Amino acid sequence: MNEAPAIVVRDLTRKFGGFTAVDRITFEVHAGEVFGFLGANGAGKTTAIRMLTALLAPTSGQAMVAGHDVYREAEQIKCDIGYMSQRFSLYEDLTVRENIRLYGGIYDLTDRQIHDRTTRMLAQLGLEHAADQFVRAIPLGWRQKLAFSVALLHEPKIVFLDEPTSGVDPITRRQFWELIYEAAARGTTVLVTTHYLDEAEYCDRISIMVAGRIAAIGTPGELKKKFDASSIDEIFVRLARPAAASEARK
Amino acid sequence: MRRILFLARAEVLHVVRDRATLAQVLIVPIVQLLILSNAATFRILNTPTYVVDFDRTSASRGLVTRFAASGHFQVTGQSASLDLANEALLRGDVTMVLTIPRQFEASLVRTGVAPIELSVNAEKGSAAGIVQSYASSIVATYASELSPATEPVPIRDVPRIDVRMRSWYNATLNYKHYMVPGILVALVTLIGTLLTAQNIAREKELGTLEQLNVTPITRGQFIAAKLLPFWALGLINLAIGLLVARLVFGVPVRGSVLLLFGSAALYLVVALAIGLWISTLVETQQQAMFVTFFIMNVYLLMSGLFTPIDSMAPWVQVVSQLNPVRHFVTIARAILIKGAGLAEIARPLMILAVYGAVMLTLAVRQYSKRTA
Amino acid sequence: MKALLGLLRKEVYHILRDRRTLVVIILLPVVQVVIFGYAIRTDVEHVRLAIVDPAPDATTLAIRNRFEAAGVFRTVAVLPRMDGLEPLFERGAAQGAVVFEPGLAEKLARGLPAQILIVSDATEPNTGSIVQAYAAAVVQQYSRELGAPRRAGIRIVPTVRMRFNPTRQSSNLFVPGLMAFVLTIISSLMTAISLTREKETGTMEALLVSPLRPWQIIVGKVTPYLVVGFVSVIGVILEARLIFHVPLRGSVALLLFEGLLFILVSLSLGILISARTSSQRVAMMGALIGTMLPTMLLSGFIFPLESMPAPLRAISYVVPARWFVLVARGIMLKGIGLAYLWPATLVLIAMALLLLTASTRSFHERLES
Repeated sequence: MNEAPAIVVRDLTRKFGGFTAVDRITFEVHAGEVFGFLGANGAGKTTAIRMLTALLAPTSGQAMVAGHDVYREAEQIKCDIGYMSQRFSLYEDLTVRENIRLYGGIYDLTDRQIHDRTTRMLAQLGLEHAADQFVRAIPLGWRQKLAFSVALLHEPKIVFLDEPTSGVDPITRRQFWELIYEAAARGTTVLVTTHYLDEAEYCDRISIMVAGRIAAIGTPGELKKKFDASSIDEIFVRLARPAAASEARK
Repeated sequence: MRRILFLARAEVLHVVRDRATLAQVLIVPIVQLLILSNAATFRILNTPTYVVDFDRTSASRGLVTRFAASGHFQVTGQSASLDLANEALLRGDVTMVLTIPRQFEASLVRTGVAPIELSVNAEKGSAAGIVQSYASSIVATYASELSPATEPVPIRDVPRIDVRMRSWYNATLNYKHYMVPGILVALVTLIGTLLTAQNIAREKELGTLEQLNVTPITRGQFIAAKLLPFWALGLINLAIGLLVARLVFGVPVRGSVLLLFGSAALYLVVALAIGLWISTLVETQQQAMFVTFFIMNVYLLMSGLFTPIDSMAPWVQVVSQLNPVRHFVTIARAILIKGAGLAEIARPLMILAVYGAVMLTLAVRQYSKRTA
Repeated sequence: MKALLGLLRKEVYHILRDRRTLVVIILLPVVQVVIFGYAIRTDVEHVRLAIVDPAPDATTLAIRNRFEAAGVFRTVAVLPRMDGLEPLFERGAAQGAVVFEPGLAEKLARGLPAQILIVSDATEPNTGSIVQAYAAAVVQQYSRELGAPRRAGIRIVPTVRMRFNPTRQSSNLFVPGLMAFVLTIISSLMTAISLTREKETGTMEALLVSPLRPWQIIVGKVTPYLVVGFVSVIGVILEARLIFHVPLRGSVALLLFEGLLFILVSLSLGILISARTSSQRVAMMGALIGTMLPTMLLSGFIFPLESMPAPLRAISYVVPARWFVLVARGIMLKGIGLAYLWPATLVLIAMALLLLTASTRSFHERLES
């Protein structure tokens, strides 16, 4: 496992007009770990991820992703990362195989590599029978798993998952986390956002975002000890409440 | 290069899979070309004419017969009432009223000169002029027929200039030869612009654009991959349309087909780049539609497609230089109808080349993988 | 009835709150009429003329001067031989040419008939014919002056009266047609905006399950846009009068009424299309590809309907713009009233009723299915 941190973030800030969506966040993600980004809707998780994937220009602060600077080396970052957004983002009018082929080509994989990895991926997902079906015809849970696997197709160093399990049934969520562990076991760094607090327990380390700031960061165990709480849920409610209260006062 | 091919291939699949769009793209234009080409004509045939003959002599009847037999006029009403004639003109039933006064024949016999009156519905500006010139020539011919076979005029007496006329490139004055290439260009442009203008906007709406934005694909590759399939589609459309033009309408192909398709290849880059540029500017497909709507109007009405550029107000003529359709319509007509070569179309071709480079740069620059 | 008023109020709020769209809707027709009013013309005013004069002499120079003085022609090239002509025509640098034969003056002096050839670029037949006619007139005039017209033959002198548009200005012809075209487009845009919003936000479903009857929904949708459309009508009529000086010989009130009626037809058509099609994309694609060119070409707005083959004229009867073009030209140029325009008016009324009924029914179907 590589010793250099996969992601280094210092005082990263993003403002939209007068509104500060992400407010001077600072953290590091170690290579090979599963890092959870927790927060309520609108806490700034997606904005942060979009800056780290070089989709959104930061207002200020620094960030290095896979050793590349987000300001100057956006395109180098893109070779080293995979991304699965909140919105389902495979082409529904293409078949499973065609989608895989498209992204394989974009990431400069050889025909041989595309062929081998397609076979392997379909076997792993148990989707061999559906390889030539249109994506719109397969159930949502399968689609999410497929999207995740496609994000890993070019074997990126880091994969960003933005609410990958929203709207998915509990069994599929379970299976999804198994896929995440498998990826981590192969040495891929995983940064995942979620608002399912039970999923936090699956992460190596988590950070809790409240109103654009990181309110807490550490392993689930450390945080529970620090806040003297029995579950992440409890910590979250405690952290989020003052923010919600001040929000209500405005 | 390989990335472009992969993305372009997916783009082709999108089009092929969407049956409704495919039909709109391939069939509707051909049907429209077949039907609408017949509509676009300023040619004046069978002008409905009302005759008010107060004279009722063989001379007056002879004149009316000449009008009816000319092929340009059709006598649809006849009476001895100016009111009825006026009414027909107001109702729009007739375009011209021919009035032959009393004593027409008598006057011709006595003095050799007689008046008639032609009232033309000039609502339709230039058409009225043509109707008038047809009518005048019929009247003149009739007058000379009536003239007694005089002995040949002594040669030394009257110097004479014979005017001969020749209509180049379109001797039969067939409007379809002129319009079909133009309408074809319009349809190819309409479809190309529409598909490209919607394309990126649609990916923005679906969220698939963001997925592409986190890949290492470059902006140039992205635009190229978006352009390529529609470029090919445009050329295919043009080829089918040209075949229809040749076989159904007998449009001449006097110049080099290769030169035509070479110019078309260049022109389509301009038209599609404009479409893609619109698509990167707007956020939703609906906005893309509105902009396309407006641009298509400008494309069609300010290109010399239907009405000549030379007749437009001077400032419009200058502005229309910005209209790529203008240049390609000029090129297409010059090659097909006039048999022009590269040297003759060099100027519009150069303009298109510069335009294409500018628009591609704009589209690539406007498309940003990262939100500011 | 109260529900209907509520719906009306809601639509008015929508329109008033969305200032940008409102401005676009009202200004777009006005802007388009200005731009295209200057663009769509068929007057042939400046003809680029090439002269082929192998051996210039007094006569050819005199005739060349006549062409310069005629006002319509601008000499762009004087060539010694005819073979230089073709590239000029192909480039579009010349639209017409006058070709003299060598020794023209001498021939005339000896009393021999001299020949002058007039060539026109007939690619566009209309312009080609007009150029020929103008050029021939110049030469013939000169020819007549040469020798006193002592021809013994018979002459019939036609007096030509150009009715309704004596100056034969093409803006008088095209601007009323342009009004019809632009108003069609803006009306379909408005309904598209309105219905898309309802569909996107899901409020359409809410309206459909409300106690409102389908006809009430339609009335609620159409009425406010009818008002906005009417403002556009007034705008374009003012423009036609003030900028293009198109005469308005008939009744202003009648023109306004017909304009309102025509807007209603166009709006109803838009509503019907939106109600019938499942996806906005298909609807708009269909509307654009399917209606834009046909409306442009089959309404008589640019090309005279009389020149079209019978089947196409038959098709043109279902194009609403065709009837409004007829009405607008009739009122503005001919100054005629309902006595002549009642058939067109009846057709527009029938179209409005038919389209509104059809949209009401398609709303019914959505309710029941």
